[in-house]
Amino acid sequence: MKDFLLVYRMDYSMATKRTAEEEQANMKRWMDWLGSIGAQNKLIDRGNRLEEKGKVVKTNNVITNGPYSDIKESIGGYSLVRAESLDVATEMAKGCPVLLAGGNVEVREISKM
Amino acid sequence: MNQPELIPHLFRTEFRKITSVLGKLLGAGRLEMAEDIASETFLAAMETWTYKGIPENPAAWLYAVAKNKAKNVIARNSLFDSKRAKEWVRNSQNEEVIDWSEKNIADSQLQMLFALCHPAIPAEAQIGLSLRVLCGFGIDEIANAFLTNREVINKRLFRAREKLREEKIEIAFPEEKEILHRLETVLKTLYLLFSEGYYSESSDNVLREDLCLEAMRLTHLLTEYEPTNLPNVNALLSLMSFHASRFEARRNANGELVLYQDQDERKWNQELIAQGIYFLNKASQGKLLSKYHLEAGIAYWHTQKADTSEKWESILQLYNQLLQIEYSPWLHLTAHLRFQRLMEKKKPLLRLKNSS
Amino acid sequence: MDEFILIFRHQDGSKVASPEQMQTWMKQTMDWIQSIAAKGKFVSGTALPFADARVVHHKGIVTNGPFGDIKETIGGFIIVKAESPEEAAEFAKGSPVLQGDGNTVEVRKIAKNDGVH
Repeated sequence: MKDFLLVYRMDYSMATKRTAEEEQANMKRWMDWLGSIGAQNKLIDRGNRLEEKGKVVKTNNVITNGPYSDIKESIGGYSLVRAESLDVATEMAKGCPVLLAGGNVEVREISKM
Repeated sequence: MNQPELIPHLFRTEFRKITSVLGKLLGAGRLEMAEDIASETFLAAMETWTYKGIPENPAAWLYAVAKNKAKNVIARNSLFDSKRAKEWVRNSQNEEVIDWSEKNIADSQLQMLFALCHPAIPAEAQIGLSLRVLCGFGIDEIANAFLTNREVINKRLFRAREKLREEKIEIAFPEEKEILHRLETVLKTLYLLFSEGYYSESSDNVLREDLCLEAMRLTHLLTEYEPTNLPNVNALLSLMSFHASRFEARRNANGELVLYQDQDERKWNQELIAQGIYFLNKASQGKLLSKYHLEAGIAYWHTQKADTSEKWESILQLYNQLLQIEYSPWLHLTAHLRFQRLMEKKKPLLRLKNSS
Repeated sequence: MDEFILIFRHQDGSKVASPEQMQTWMKQTMDWIQSIAAKGKFVSGTALPFADARVVHHKGIVTNGPFGDIKETIGGFIIVKAESPEEAAEFAKGSPVLQGDGNTVEVRKIAKNDGVH
């Protein structure tokens, strides 16, 4: 078993347009999805959602308001899961609700010994 | 986050051990694979230790990771031609481990030294690849030492690795009757490696001294292996020790070079001078008189600050002998310069004599 | 006190780095983390290997590598405690990642456990 980080990326401007009802449905989809991973005992840490606003520190201490204003997608959150292989973790990611919102999931192995 | 301190140069030290042991296992033709596995091992260490702390036994941690990576690489590579590697994969199914004993690490490095110093490989490439594989230097560091760029070094290493493959050079000790002959090239490479550090114009003093220390370490390894513990090897180590004794004295506070005659002899490292004398004595056991003996003799006299005519005459005599053994225009020039210096040193003496 | 995630973005330098450089870089990062931990403000952190990464897109399309629109790949992150985004950004300034030209550290506040991503 290996640990993987799932990074959720999406276009935030879409999310703010949701109605309260859509927002609730979205929340339920997330809880169901993470719950299903948890039920297999493969959820290490449900992780965190990141607030929309942030900063980017560049070389020479230049700080800009971020995240990455020049691109549409930014990191919305992440979770830690456990899987037999990268392929299994990737398969797991296919169920993530962020995909329904046009976002994507980055799957990264966490090095550990 | 209470953890053991990181040993300085640990990665560099372990890189050469891992590369030598794995290189021997995979075969000389796949040296780059061994280098890559070693690099990836340190990458894994970097990714893990940074956040989880340094393990109690860092070397054992690295060897375990390197072993697994090697296993994966061999398993993935169906074209594997090294019999040793195949046998090992079979054995490793039974969880048999790579031999990381001190003896095997030392033997592997010596055997690697002989392989890299194969006469078929051009000298420049030998030094470059030795710096990489036997000393654990990176391409930028080698380029810096040679005052050249990455591309040039990469090309040299590529050529050297290609030769190893083409000539099917074995990473093994040469046969007894071969050893003397092969040892000559090995010593020449080590001598050049040391000179590279000692005379290089690279501004990186630490790097230059590291180069010298690496050359000494490898020569020292040869003295610890009975079949190569020969007079000329000891003479070379003696020569290096004498030169290295002036590391501190030949650099001023600004890192600039201080010429021999202007050096503060109190800064000469007496321990290294004593070491030089020890190995010079060992070198004198036997009839062989190599150029390293003569150069060590010259270097010995340079550790004597007293400006006696005995000193300068001995030096000149040794130079003359050296020219008889191995004439080279460079050596001739050096001898000539030394002769001039001798004359300069003698001038006041001569004047003194004349006036009396 | 809020929690912030500091996300390191840099190019994969592992192929060109020497063992000595890797060790130096590791030491600097450990010292940096230690300096944050000394203030009691380090929560956790991890590196993310560059090898073997995937991105799952809309409609389940899978591509290799996390590289997408963003030039520099995430090489790792740490979570810190800070009074303000400014303090968190101040921590970020000390990151050895920033020694590499074009590398960045993204500072984002972590939303508190609402179960939604």
